[in-house]
Amino acid sequence: MSADATPSAAPPPTGDGARQHGERHTPSSTVDRPDLPGQQRRPEEHTRTKNGRAGQQGDGGRTRAPRRRPQLLPYLLIAPALLSLVVVLGYPLADMLLLSFQDMTRKELFSGESPPWVGLEQFRNILSDDFFWVVVARTTAFTVVCTTLTMAISLAIALLMRRVSTWVRLIIASVLIAVWAMPVMVAASIFRWLFDADYGVANWLLSQLPMMDFSKHNWFTDPWQGFAVIAGVVIWGAVPFATITLHAALMQIPQELEEAAVIDGVQGSQMLRHITFPVIKPSFVMVTTLMSIWNFGVFNQIWLMRGGQPEREYYLLGIYSFIESFAINRYSAGAAIAVVTVLLLLAGSVVYLRQMLRMGEVE
Amino acid sequence: MSRARSRSGIRRTRRRDNVLGLLVAAVMGFPVYWMVLTAFRPATDVLSNPPVFWPNGFTLDNFSRAMGTETFWANVRSSVLIGLGTVLVSLVIGTLAAFALARFRFAGRKAFVVVILGVQMIPLTALVIPVYLLVNDAGMTDTLIGVILTYLVFMLPFTVWLLHGFIAGIPVELEEAAMVDGCTRLGAFRRVILPLLAPGLVATSIFAMIQAWNEYVLVYVLLSSPEKQTLSIWLVSFQTGFGTDYGGLMAGATLTALPVVVFFLFVQRKIAAGLTVGAIKG
Repeated sequence: MSADATPSAAPPPTGDGARQHGERHTPSSTVDRPDLPGQQRRPEEHTRTKNGRAGQQGDGGRTRAPRRRPQLLPYLLIAPALLSLVVVLGYPLADMLLLSFQDMTRKELFSGESPPWVGLEQFRNILSDDFFWVVVARTTAFTVVCTTLTMAISLAIALLMRRVSTWVRLIIASVLIAVWAMPVMVAASIFRWLFDADYGVANWLLSQLPMMDFSKHNWFTDPWQGFAVIAGVVIWGAVPFATITLHAALMQIPQELEEAAVIDGVQGSQMLRHITFPVIKPSFVMVTTLMSIWNFGVFNQIWLMRGGQPEREYYLLGIYSFIESFAINRYSAGAAIAVVTVLLLLAGSVVYLRQMLRMGEVE
Repeated sequence: MSRARSRSGIRRTRRRDNVLGLLVAAVMGFPVYWMVLTAFRPATDVLSNPPVFWPNGFTLDNFSRAMGTETFWANVRSSVLIGLGTVLVSLVIGTLAAFALARFRFAGRKAFVVVILGVQMIPLTALVIPVYLLVNDAGMTDTLIGVILTYLVFMLPFTVWLLHGFIAGIPVELEEAAMVDGCTRLGAFRRVILPLLAPGLVATSIFAMIQAWNEYVLVYVLLSSPEKQTLSIWLVSFQTGFGTDYGGLMAGATLTALPVVVFFLFVQRKIAAGLTVGAIKG
């Protein structure tokens, strides 16, 4: 991956976007610092010639350092990370799997007895429960709707940001960053307030439309409307991240490319489809996948907007599993739901993983 | 592409785009505006129907009420401690791993990358139960350390991935030059990589800090004493069965968001850069 590519690829293209700001001045000052003032010109010249003939020379430099010390160092370096991942993530993950084959209730939790094994019973119960499938379908639909809307809106804003005057772009960027910085709980609180039945702005605003009376309208009586509001918070909170990432990716498109396309008579949607989009595709795919994963696991927004007691109509998989465990104390049922959730997500994200790995390979 | 269009055409579309852009900003920004406005409003204005969209009166009542709640300062302290602890530990461990990923080819590297990426895909809520049982077994429920260790792992993949992008962007030649000059590998790391990595470290730590600041489910489950809980839990306490004190809630929301917004404004450039580096450079 990038490790192999760094010597040849790093110097010119990595100066991308904003990261130049902090770093461009620093290299000279740092390189000048080494203790041997007399010698320091030499290595720099050496570096420069190497850049000239990127490829092969870079590889030589690559293997030199590891050869001196056998490949132990990288393992030592990743050891702490790996260890903590295994302990605090791997262990619970395994535990969750085991738990889903047991029957753990409040009694076992407090007495410390080991819960009885029940084999596939939890899964059989869940998978034969119609309500579970309703929740799966609801979660999937919610994920698809939120992700699609977020990406569509974000792409539109990112494209728009390239066409507006600088001062407008600055205003949009500042607003996006302010929104991005809103903690989820804050965002949910704000939307609850906006959609308050008695004093919410949304009701008043909609009542201004002809033939509409929304005064005292409770948005959460009808789960469709309730989910519309929840989707609103989720999308509102996600758009900044997606837009800023897509915009950053758009900035990397060489202007000549689009100018050449214009001269060749490419225009409008064709430009987007054939020129612009292919360039930002890696970022687009990454953001879409992350969005899908986050949306699939949405919890906080629903939890808060339903005041910590979501009705069954508001269950998504995350909420469902949580309530089974902590409200009803059926830990094993909750674990089984979580296992199914993770499996569904994994199936969905294999594509993403492969894409990420392939991108790394190409570089 | 603009050069190819005619002057007046550009001006006309530019003006249309600007208006559209301002509209987007207004719609996106309105909820934040409404929060701040409500927070500074006297109670009578908060509950006015029809709503008033501009500031009329100004009061700090809502803030003093929010800050006067019993556990406010304790919760601020707990949020800060958890945030700093998480950031510190995950930066140290994350930088080491990121360095290994960016600079070495070793057997199992790919597997490690898969783990790092894959772990981000597990929804946190799916792991709440077993994590709770683990922390419970370790006797660390209702301790900040328990929360910090848990957060650490959820931040780590992201930290490693982001930092790895930043390190990969630093030319190896600089390190090699330092080593030719007699630096040890560690010396080269300290003198060359670390200073150049500073912006990346700042961006990453802000990110981890914000995640920790925002997190709700784990704290909710892991911490039981009210004075140990974080601000996101505190915020929910404004909603009681008797209704919601929206003035107080919005003041509380403003207070909770404030540090994050300030940090964000501080490093937003680097964050965006870090994201694209992570995305595109692999």
